[in-house]
Amino acid sequence: MNDVVIVDYGAGNTRSVRATLARLGHSSVVSADPAMISSAWYVVLPGVGSARSAMTHLTDTGAAQALRERVEVHRPVLGICLGLQLALTWSAEDGGVEGLDIVPGRVVRLVEERVPRLGWSLVEPWDEVYYFAHSYAAVTSDAVASADGVVAAVSRGTFLGVQFHPEKSGPAGLAFLDRCLSHA
Amino acid sequence: MPLPRLIPCLDVARGRVVKGVNFVGLRDVGDPVALAVHYSTGGADELVLLDIAATPDEADTMTTVVRSVADVLDIPFTVGGGVRSVDDASRIIESGADRVSLNSAAVGAPSLLGAIAERFGSQAVVIAIDSGGGVVYTHGGRVPTDRQTVAWAIEATERGAGEILLTSIDHDGRREGFDLALTTEVRRAVRVPVIASGGAGSAEHVAAALRVADAALVASIVHENPAGLPGLRRAIEACGVSLRPWKEPS
Repeated sequence: MNDVVIVDYGAGNTRSVRATLARLGHSSVVSADPAMISSAWYVVLPGVGSARSAMTHLTDTGAAQALRERVEVHRPVLGICLGLQLALTWSAEDGGVEGLDIVPGRVVRLVEERVPRLGWSLVEPWDEVYYFAHSYAAVTSDAVASADGVVAAVSRGTFLGVQFHPEKSGPAGLAFLDRCLSHA
Repeated sequence: MPLPRLIPCLDVARGRVVKGVNFVGLRDVGDPVALAVHYSTGGADELVLLDIAATPDEADTMTTVVRSVADVLDIPFTVGGGVRSVDDASRIIESGADRVSLNSAAVGAPSLLGAIAERFGSQAVVIAIDSGGGVVYTHGGRVPTDRQTVAWAIEATERGAGEILLTSIDHDGRREGFDLALTTEVRRAVRVPVIASGGAGSAEHVAAALRVADAALVASIVHENPAGLPGLRRAIEACGVSLRPWKEPS
């Protein structure tokens, strides 16, 4: 199957991710079906909504287990924004939520001057500017990029998580997704 | 801190862009999708679509516009006007908008802000405040309320709004500059980002607003300026305000 599977957890805005993938020539389906998540050549875990309702949905549908197993067998998963945060061990959001634990670490509320953190920031060491919209951020030793001192990307095995929204980051974001998919 | 944002605002009525859009070379200046793309490729950091004729029976028209814009736009956008319930907000966000903006409906029912934030996160909830003489106005700036602007800004953010779109009625449409004092006062009182709005007549005005706010909303200055958005961006940067790195498409 050549479709990208965008994991559905009830509250996600998947339309923009789908449109961006289509621009890159990839068809996609939105699904929480564990079998589809397992067999897809590429999986995107998108990000809008709250950690608790997302985890409840992922666990109830079996998608959570399918995502963990995918990474164990070295198949690619890209987490975007909340999709990154869900991959960690634990999140402080909604009074404390157990995550997928694909990436060891936790998610904490931002202590920036302005929260939510909204806007474009330089991601280092990638030297690109991407769009962020978040109130929580990862704390992990698997961080691979940062922006203004905040974790911007984490990587463990075949899981890559980005705190920014590549689907909302103009030509730079499109190029980023293209690189992710062409390396898959 | 993220970079300061330049945000063009499109007024939409019955699915068409209205008010003062004057472009050469754009086939259909009334098409919100064409205009959204035009601004996105012209260097907008974000867009606001304001449904100024929002009535419940025209909700479907706006939903169609939001879907069409989401399918072609690769920058974030906020949709305001006609958001009166969690269902309205869900419909717009599920159609592809990043954020919804509330104004009169939130003044009438402040708990709406928290209800939408709980479902989609506070980054998806903008409180639009129209301020004149220090008090909040509703219904497109026509109806004064007994709420003080600063107090309402604080309450709205405590209830769940993750950003303030602050329009000075006193400055709006006069093109003599933003209300920097009001913007500074409100921004000091809250911990969320503040978008300054109303009064942009020149790049200097926008640059001045971006020194005291997190973003600036622009309308007629980009709708009517022949140099367009790329020219405005360059002029703002010439005033010493760094915007996000952006290359004009060749």
